[in-house]
Amino acid sequence: MAAERARRTAEAVARHSYGKLVAFLAAATRDLAGAEDALAEAFATALRDWPETGCPDNPEAWLLTVARRRMVDAGRRSRTGTAAAETLRQLAEERAGDTAGELPDRRLALLFACAHPAIDAGIRAPLMLQTVLGLDAAAIASAFLTSPAAMAKRLVRAKEKIRAAGIPFAPPGRDELAPRLAAVLDAIYAAFAEGWSDPAGTDPSRRDLPEEALFLARLMAELMPDEPEALGLAALMLHAEARRPARRSADGDYIPLEAQNPALWDGAMIAEAERLLRRAASRRQPGRYQIEAALQSAHADRRRSGRDTSRAVAALYEALFALTGSPVVGLNRAVAIAGTEGPQAGLALLDGLAADGRLATYQPYWAARAALLAAADAVDEAVHAYEIAIGLAADPAVRRFLETRRQALQPPPPRP
Amino acid sequence: MRYLYLLYLEEGGWDAMTPEQQAEGEGAYMAYTEALQTAGILIGANRLQPSPSATTVRLTGGKSQVLDGPYADTKEQLGGYYLVELPDLDQALAWAARCPTVGHGVVEVRPVWPPRTG
Repeated sequence: MAAERARRTAEAVARHSYGKLVAFLAAATRDLAGAEDALAEAFATALRDWPETGCPDNPEAWLLTVARRRMVDAGRRSRTGTAAAETLRQLAEERAGDTAGELPDRRLALLFACAHPAIDAGIRAPLMLQTVLGLDAAAIASAFLTSPAAMAKRLVRAKEKIRAAGIPFAPPGRDELAPRLAAVLDAIYAAFAEGWSDPAGTDPSRRDLPEEALFLARLMAELMPDEPEALGLAALMLHAEARRPARRSADGDYIPLEAQNPALWDGAMIAEAERLLRRAASRRQPGRYQIEAALQSAHADRRRSGRDTSRAVAALYEALFALTGSPVVGLNRAVAIAGTEGPQAGLALLDGLAADGRLATYQPYWAARAALLAAADAVDEAVHAYEIAIGLAADPAVRRFLETRRQALQPPPPRP
Repeated sequence: MRYLYLLYLEEGGWDAMTPEQQAEGEGAYMAYTEALQTAGILIGANRLQPSPSATTVRLTGGKSQVLDGPYADTKEQLGGYYLVELPDLDQALAWAARCPTVGHGVVEVRPVWPPRTG
C-alpha cells in the first residue's frame, strides 16, 4: 500500500515538476545530461525510501535536494578539476539563492535554450520533449520515425552542444525575441504534427505525443500570456485535438470535417481555444498561428451552427498565404475560393500552384483537385486525379475514403 | 567562457580590391579590434598570411611528411582569429556578428576548453 502510494506520488511529481526540476538544476551549469541523470537517481531513491519513511510533505523539494547532492558528487568525481570546482561554486550559489518556498520556474529559459538557433532545427522538438517532459529517447524516436539509438545519439549531441558552446538559459532580449519565440513555437508544433501522422492512435507508443505537445503549447501560453502567437498556437492545437474523437468512425474510417458529428468534439477544449484566441486577437498583432487557429475556429463554427463562414475562411487563407507563401496554404486557399466563387476559380488557382513541383507528390493536392474537377463535371479528369491521390495516400483509412469518392463518380463495371 | 572566432575568407578578394577599399577594410578591422578591447573582452587576435604560405606536417608510416600548402584546399581559407572572453554563446554570437568578416566571409564561433588546473 505504502509502496503503491509512493509510486503514485513520484509519478505525479514527475508529470508536474520534471521540467521545472531539470530547468532549475541545469540553469547554472547548462549541464542538461547531468541534471537528468541526477534527477533519475533522485526518483529511484524516492521509490526506495518513500514506502518506508512515508512521502515527504514537499516531494518536489525533497527530490531537488537529493538530485543536487548527486550533481555535486558527480562534479567531485569529474576528471576536469576546474569544471567540477565551477559546478560546485554555482550549485552553492544556487543554494544560497533559493528559499524554502516555491521552486522558481525556469522552464521558459529551458525551452528557449532547446530551440536556440545554434541547435539543429530537427532536434529541437525531441529535445523539448525529453528535457521538459522526461520522455525517453525510444518513445520520441518512434514518433519521429527514427531508430531509438539514432535519436538517443542526436539528443546527447544536442545537450553536449548546449553545455560546451555556452548556450544561455535565458529568454532572449527584446530585439531577438520574435524569431527566437517563433523557433520555440515551430518546434512545439512539429512535435504535435508528428503525433498526427498516427491520428487513429493505433500505435500506443505514439498516441500520447499530441497530448505532450499540447502540454508544451499550454505551458508557453501560460508563461508568455502577452505573446499573441504563443496563445494562437495553443488555440490552434486545442481546436485540432478537440476534433480528434470525431475524425475516425468506429470502423476506423476517415471522416472529413463536413461529415463529422460535432457532438463528439471536446467542448471544453474548444471553449479554451476560443478564450485564448480572443485574448490573442485583442493584442492586434496577427501571425501565422493565430490565423490558423481562426481558420479552425471558423470551420468548427460552420459545422456546429450551420452558418456560412466561407467568405471569412477564404479571407483568412488569403492572409495566411500572403504571410507564409507556402504551397500547402495556397492549396487550402484555392479550395476555400472554390467554395465562394465556384470550382473553376479554384482549379485556375491550382494550375498556378502546380508550377511548384513540390505539390506533384502531395496527396491532398490531388484529392482537392479531384473534388474540384468532380464539382465542375469533368468526370474523367476527376477519376484520374483520384487515382493519383489514392496511389499517394499512406493512411489506409484515407485511401478507403478516396476510393469511395472515386467509385461514386465511376462505378466499376459489373462483373460478367 | 572563452570563444575563438575563426575568420574564413576568399583570399583572392583582398588583391582584387583598390587601395582605397583595402584601406577601408583595414580601418574596419582596426575599429572592431578597438571595440573588443574597449569592452574588455579581447584576449588575442592575429591576421594570418595567405594560405600558399602554409606548410602542413603529419606522420605517415612513422616518418614525418611535410607538404606545401594549407590543410584544406577550400575556396574560403582561415585568414585570422580573435580570442574573446564572454559569458555565453548569445553574447559571443552578437559580437561575432559585428566582425567585418561576416560581410565578405564566414566567422566560425568555437568555445575553448577551460584551462585545466589541479
